[in-house]
Amino acid sequence: MNEYLMIIRGGEDLSGKSPEEMQEHMNHWQQWMGGLANDGKLIGGQPLQREGKSLTERGTKVTDRPLAEGKEMVGGYIMVRANDLNEATDLAKGCPGFEHDCTIEVREIAPMG
Amino acid sequence: MESTNSIDHTLNHLFRQESGKMVSVLIKIFGSENIEMAEDVVQDALLRALEVWKFRGVPDNPRAWLYRTAKNKAIDIIRKNKHSRTIDFSDPERQLLTSEYTLTPTMNGYWEEAQIQDDFLGMMYACCDPEISPENQVTFILKSLCGFSTKEVAKSFLTSETTISKRLYRTKEYFRNHKIAPQIPSSEHIASRTQSVLSAIYLMFNEGYNSTHSEDLIRNDLIFQSLHLCKAMLDNEKTQLPEVYALMALMCFHTSRVDSRLTEEGKLIRLEDQDRSLWNKELIAAGTNYLFKAGSGNTFSTYHCEASIAHQHCIAATYEDTNWKIILYFYNMLLSIEDDPVVALNRCLVISILHGPEQALKELKSLGKDPILDKYYLYHSSLAAMYEQLEEKDLAIDHFKKALELTQSKQEQLFLNERIDYLRDQ
Repeated sequence: MNEYLMIIRGGEDLSGKSPEEMQEHMNHWQQWMGGLANDGKLIGGQPLQREGKSLTERGTKVTDRPLAEGKEMVGGYIMVRANDLNEATDLAKGCPGFEHDCTIEVREIAPMG
Repeated sequence: MESTNSIDHTLNHLFRQESGKMVSVLIKIFGSENIEMAEDVVQDALLRALEVWKFRGVPDNPRAWLYRTAKNKAIDIIRKNKHSRTIDFSDPERQLLTSEYTLTPTMNGYWEEAQIQDDFLGMMYACCDPEISPENQVTFILKSLCGFSTKEVAKSFLTSETTISKRLYRTKEYFRNHKIAPQIPSSEHIASRTQSVLSAIYLMFNEGYNSTHSEDLIRNDLIFQSLHLCKAMLDNEKTQLPEVYALMALMCFHTSRVDSRLTEEGKLIRLEDQDRSLWNKELIAAGTNYLFKAGSGNTFSTYHCEASIAHQHCIAATYEDTNWKIILYFYNMLLSIEDDPVVALNRCLVISILHGPEQALKELKSLGKDPILDKYYLYHSSLAAMYEQLEEKDLAIDHFKKALELTQSKQEQLFLNERIDYLRDQ
């Protein structure tokens, strides 16, 4: 088993959604992650706050916002266990973030040593 | 002043009822190795309620308010301990508490009404694990599920707070070491496990019903809590078994007579001398209804027999009108299920009514070989009563004296001394 990082970009702008829709969306996350946890695939993961700072130019320039914005902004990450990159990609296909047009990049975490 | 009192009164009941449920849910969330954590959250929520309600009044749905407060505190604790090893997050359901993507819905799931009821009963079964001694079971139930303070539990058992703390510590250790989770047993184990839960409830009830020693308030609380726990089992499909109905019926019948058992000075009144108009008709009717429901299914437990006997007493218009023949029949049945010397003793009293004191005395004497019975004050006061009826005054006094040595209860002592004085004056 290898470990993979799903980098989730964009797609979590829920403004304008009714409480009902938000609730439903939350339940989908619950089902997807619950499924991963039950299969022993889930390692963990968190959504990120929208605020952030970016450091550029060798750390000399600090900007009061994330580097990428909108659809490119990193919104969260999930870490999973899978046999190979293809399996990890299949797991990512169920992510409820797609309901709001997120994109996901799946990368293997380089094993130690 | 009056409104403060009424708030206190509402709170006392509400807190007692709800704290046990909240503790059960929180133990499910934090794991049984973190019982103190669960208890602290509940304690915090209750204190917070007192603070806020004092100024703003009790909210419309105080129960929901308490649950929400406890839930939010639980979320704080989970966030704080996400990366520590205090809480075991390896369980797939609990793992979802560690991610903000799923924390809130997972937490809400733990607090759904049906889930709360199941956890509360599941916790009762956990407390009544056969490896935990009956007195430790009841101690833990009173403290954690019925919201008694250590002091109140100590009063109920006529023992010190230190003893109670030790008992609680041992039970918590057992929970920790065996990772016992609140869970209602599966249908194949439910009958045998329910046995020990019912014994614990009945032990608790008797502590309240028979304890002429402790204060009225504690006594009534113990009775009320026993009824409440048994009712909770009847309200859940998984645990509404015939023997649970039978115990509920039995406790209703006993409780209906609570007010007529003692004089104002706290002296015991014998069944034949009790004012039957004081017996609570509603409780008798409720008990009869429960007894009827206990009849469904194939189970016939000791509680069925005991409830049937108590039922006969409750429906008899006078002591003389009591259907002793049926009662004797139930006693015989009771003894065929379980060879209990105290039951055999009570049976002898029925014999004395039906067949006279001579016959009863004969049977009582043969019971005397039982070493437990020989140390039991009621055995000797029963012997004394037979001798009294047979006009063997000296033997009667001897046995009343023997009984006097064997009981600690003030009320019993008063009663026995009165009998002795009465016989001496004759």
